[in-house]
Amino acid sequence: MPVRTALDALTLRPAGFLRSSWPWRSALYLAGSLLLALPSIGVTVLMMLTGSKVPVFAAAIPAALAAGVCGPLIARFERWRLWLVDTQRLDPPPRRGLRGHLREQVTWWEICYALFSAAVLCWMDVVVVFCMTWFPVTFLLTAVLEPAYGTAETLLTMAAGAALLAAAPYPITAWAGARAAMTRVILGPHDSERLVEVTRSRARLVDAHEVERRRIERDLHDGAQQRLAALNLQLGLARHDLPEGSTLEAPLRKAHDLAKEALQELRELIQGIHPKVLTDRGLAAAVADVAGRSPVPVDVGIDLPGRLPEPIELAAYYVVVEALNNVAKHSAAERAAVTTTVAGDRIILRVKDDGVGGADPAGGTGLIGLADRVAAVEGTMALFSPVGGPTVLQVEFEGAPVRAR
Amino acid sequence: MLRVVVAEDALLTREGIVGLITRFGHEVVAAVGDADELIAAVGLHRPDIVVTDVRMPPSFSDEGLQAAIRLRRSDPGLPVLVVSQYVQQTYASELLDSAEPGSAGIGYLLKDRIGDVAEFVDALERVGDGHTVVDPEVVRQLLRRRRGPLTRLTPRELEVLALMAEGRSNTAIARSMRVTEAGVAKHIGSLLTKLDVWPDEDDHRRVRAVLAFLNGSG
Repeated sequence: MPVRTALDALTLRPAGFLRSSWPWRSALYLAGSLLLALPSIGVTVLMMLTGSKVPVFAAAIPAALAAGVCGPLIARFERWRLWLVDTQRLDPPPRRGLRGHLREQVTWWEICYALFSAAVLCWMDVVVVFCMTWFPVTFLLTAVLEPAYGTAETLLTMAAGAALLAAAPYPITAWAGARAAMTRVILGPHDSERLVEVTRSRARLVDAHEVERRRIERDLHDGAQQRLAALNLQLGLARHDLPEGSTLEAPLRKAHDLAKEALQELRELIQGIHPKVLTDRGLAAAVADVAGRSPVPVDVGIDLPGRLPEPIELAAYYVVVEALNNVAKHSAAERAAVTTTVAGDRIILRVKDDGVGGADPAGGTGLIGLADRVAAVEGTMALFSPVGGPTVLQVEFEGAPVRAR
Repeated sequence: MLRVVVAEDALLTREGIVGLITRFGHEVVAAVGDADELIAAVGLHRPDIVVTDVRMPPSFSDEGLQAAIRLRRSDPGLPVLVVSQYVQQTYASELLDSAEPGSAGIGYLLKDRIGDVAEFVDALERVGDGHTVVDPEVVRQLLRRRRGPLTRLTPRELEVLALMAEGRSNTAIARSMRVTEAGVAKHIGSLLTKLDVWPDEDDHRRVRAVLAFLNGSG
């Protein structure tokens, strides 16, 4: 088994373990706690020397408080010194400024851990290292330190010292390993944070995607579309000026028709890439336009007190487009309806049809892609589609502030 | 001959529209590239009609449309033809709503229509004449949302209704459907009764009534 941490090292054969660097690294790791313990040790010693009547634990309180304030710094130190007993790095989560720190749950974990570390753990570290070196060493030095002992006693004590010294790496390494594992659990990324990070990065991805789509839309509108429009006009003029009965009439008409079809296709393409009316007029207007193009008659009941935040507006729009596409393609419905309900700070969007039902999200990638898009703005999507209908696609956006524009 | 102000930000299209209008014997007194210049040009030249794109600088959203609405508010007698790259009912409705009954002609056309040169110029002249012209695509979309009384119309009556909504006169409808004018009048009478819209002799008001009905029923 590969040895990654001090705890893993304990499983090595004794000879291998004792020859390895792990015991030394563990001892060094624990000795590092002296740095943390020094302030509280210093205060304690000072009080004992001045003969203060204040109990020892009370002296540790100011030191511990300071440790709380320095929580993130201590945590940084704790993470850094992990390299001694853990081959896997533990990087601090990215945070910016005081506000960034206060918003992250991990900051509070850091402060708690710093308090615990400065008040309890560092003492234990020091005690462990101290006991595991002091006793073997003094035992071994019995001959010098206790000249009054008899030969047998001295030899026995020295033998005990040698045995203790040989065994000492085990408790030291075990404690260091346990301490490091604890540090990793408390200061490492928690599941909920990982999720928040994933959501954020997904939202960033969607944003970047949207910016790109907008750029493509602009480029197509300014470039190809203008040239095709000019071509369409020129062909129209040429046809108009053509003398009656010219042999060019048929090929010109064909060319003109092709140009018109190309314009039409390009227009639909651009519309699909980025809906201009959505940015200009908001969800209700954009949905009314989509509904107008749907082959299945659609009732639109969107009543919002203002504009939605842009990412939510876009997500909602794409849900409607895809849902109405599905209605047209698969549902055999005679009518569909798009409605919104505002409940507190939640927006519920419903697309309903009176078709055959039995829609299966696994059937196509459209619905799954939509669910991803909705999830990126922290919304949820539900599909009710019993065989025989009706089908209701419901999307809910949580905490959506509605702002008037 | 109409004196026209053209506003369109894309140079190619602008030159195309100017060439087309001139080719059919009208005069382009100014061709500009954004909404502010449009308003200034109208103030300066007092044209017979304005042709403007919807999407223009600086923000490329709907400056042209807003400028058109503003121009109409300050001068209800100024005919305006808005051309749009997209069919957007919202834009069409806003434009038509801005026109008071009895005011000058107004039109909303898809930009593709400039390719059908004669028809485009015909639409321009009709708007200049005080008529309302609505792109067939807008009408098609409005009709697609049909429900209520619209479901009671026969296919033939729906066809007539669509042409009415586009702003065609009875004569034009009769020509396009290859029926007699009397036949068209009969269809119109019956469909307006079914829709509960009162017939009106004035073309202009008739279009408004039909569009208002379609818009409201959707």
